[in-house]
Amino acid sequence: MSAGATIVVVGAGPAGMAAARVLAEEGLRPMVLDKAARPGGQVWREPVGEGEEPSLPGHDPSQARRARTAFLELARDGRLDWYPSTTVVDLTRDRLWALGASGAVDSTGFDRLILCPGAIERILPVPGWTLPGVYTSGGARTALESLRCFVGRRIAFVGTGPLLYLVAARHVAAGASVVAVADTARLHQALAALPGLAADRSGLALAARCLAALRRAVVPILRGVRAFAVEGRHRVEGLRLETRAGPRELDCDAVAFGFGLVPQLQLLDLLDAPFRFDPESESWLPELDRAGRTPLPGVYVAGDGGRIRGARAAELAGERAALALLEDLGRPVDGPRVARLDRELERQSRFARALGRAFPFPRALEEAIADDTVVCRCEGVTAAALRAASRAFDADEINRAKALTRCGMGRCQGRLCGPSAARILAGARGLDLASVGRLRAQPPVEPLPARARRVEEETAA
Amino acid sequence: MPFTIDGIAVTGLEGDTLLSAILAIRPDLGALAPDPRRRAGFCLIGACQDCWVRLADGGRVQACTTPLVAGLAVLLEDDGERW
Repeated sequence: MSAGATIVVVGAGPAGMAAARVLAEEGLRPMVLDKAARPGGQVWREPVGEGEEPSLPGHDPSQARRARTAFLELARDGRLDWYPSTTVVDLTRDRLWALGASGAVDSTGFDRLILCPGAIERILPVPGWTLPGVYTSGGARTALESLRCFVGRRIAFVGTGPLLYLVAARHVAAGASVVAVADTARLHQALAALPGLAADRSGLALAARCLAALRRAVVPILRGVRAFAVEGRHRVEGLRLETRAGPRELDCDAVAFGFGLVPQLQLLDLLDAPFRFDPESESWLPELDRAGRTPLPGVYVAGDGGRIRGARAAELAGERAALALLEDLGRPVDGPRVARLDRELERQSRFARALGRAFPFPRALEEAIADDTVVCRCEGVTAAALRAASRAFDADEINRAKALTRCGMGRCQGRLCGPSAARILAGARGLDLASVGRLRAQPPVEPLPARARRVEEETAA
Repeated sequence: MPFTIDGIAVTGLEGDTLLSAILAIRPDLGALAPDPRRRAGFCLIGACQDCWVRLADGGRVQACTTPLVAGLAVLLEDDGERW
């Protein structure tokens, strides 16, 4: 433990690694807790095995490798304390509890906290979405880039957002068979967002490369998809689409889908941090100043766990949050460095907002989720159950609907179904989306094996 | 890397997660009581909690974040009646 303030960083993705580096270089020796066995988070995850990484559009493994190597060197030199395979399960303002590599739950006090929990894919419950063979597009990406395998032999990509095209293009480059990219957004929406997208020319260039790769491979790109359903009895056997040109059936054995990313808010929620409803993304976001300070003293958020801006911005945000922490400790910080980070982050924010306009979430599809569609996959709760319970009990708030139906009460705590459940409830009750609220996090925020608790008791005894 | 599924000896590759090793052999992870639905993972990043599986020693692990280690004994077709 370092002399003076104990600083904990949760998460060792681009944001967490960058924050930890700044603090370590100041001699503050942060503790870094990360669920994974190796640093990098999801987006900069270390690939398994030997050999050259395949050349994929917009994929620069050297940047990720540099960040991971720098982090590991600081850990090796004792300038930061790295706790891999350590999952934070509960949190108060000055103490956290984590399930460690040993299988025991341990706790540590802290003075300051930087949360870098990352994001999860926004999904849309459709018929068949719980079938084996349906993955998030981020999951397909993890399989490809980290595990070096494909999630299926013939993969259909459906949803909206830049990740869909990026992951599909990378699959094509790696030799996978991509049967189509089906986008619920329309081309004119992307074109209208072009002025904002110009905030990041390299991002635009990457988009062009991805589209070119898909065209070369003659992958159909279907825009303006109005509805879709995954078909199959025990696993994915096809994808049925309602396109603007009529119905279409795709022959596939895997589906990668997603509608952009949403921050993982559970840990911050345990602290009763304030959130606000962002009407543009129609999602709940933590209240943060531009440096990543929450209104809670000594608590900071960086990366996609706070604002969805991608890996490069996450790294800058991690650095910025650590500098804010140093400033708050009364240490001198480099003014021009801070100004440069703020400018670059502002530019990335503009780009991210433009992406949101180019690939808007298909609200109409979510409002029209069929009664028999499973919304909460952990508890098997259908849209009909949510609608019926909310009407029968005049439930106008999402946590009340959860108590009535178990929707969002399962293992994932509503990480996946929460946004759609709120929309269904709002629709059933004739309320606006913000007024039904959001699912509250409950400790432990990840399932805790019963044996882990026993080990803790033994340790404490 | 040798491991077992429901007592049957199988092999995976070094660097596999438990999930990728299982899915290289069979299409799904079986069901997780009390839900009869068969699963095969979903987010693959440890967030969706859809890929918890039982181990022969009574433990439970998230298959997508658990590295395959030699000798791991996983139970997939056990419907949980012996809880």
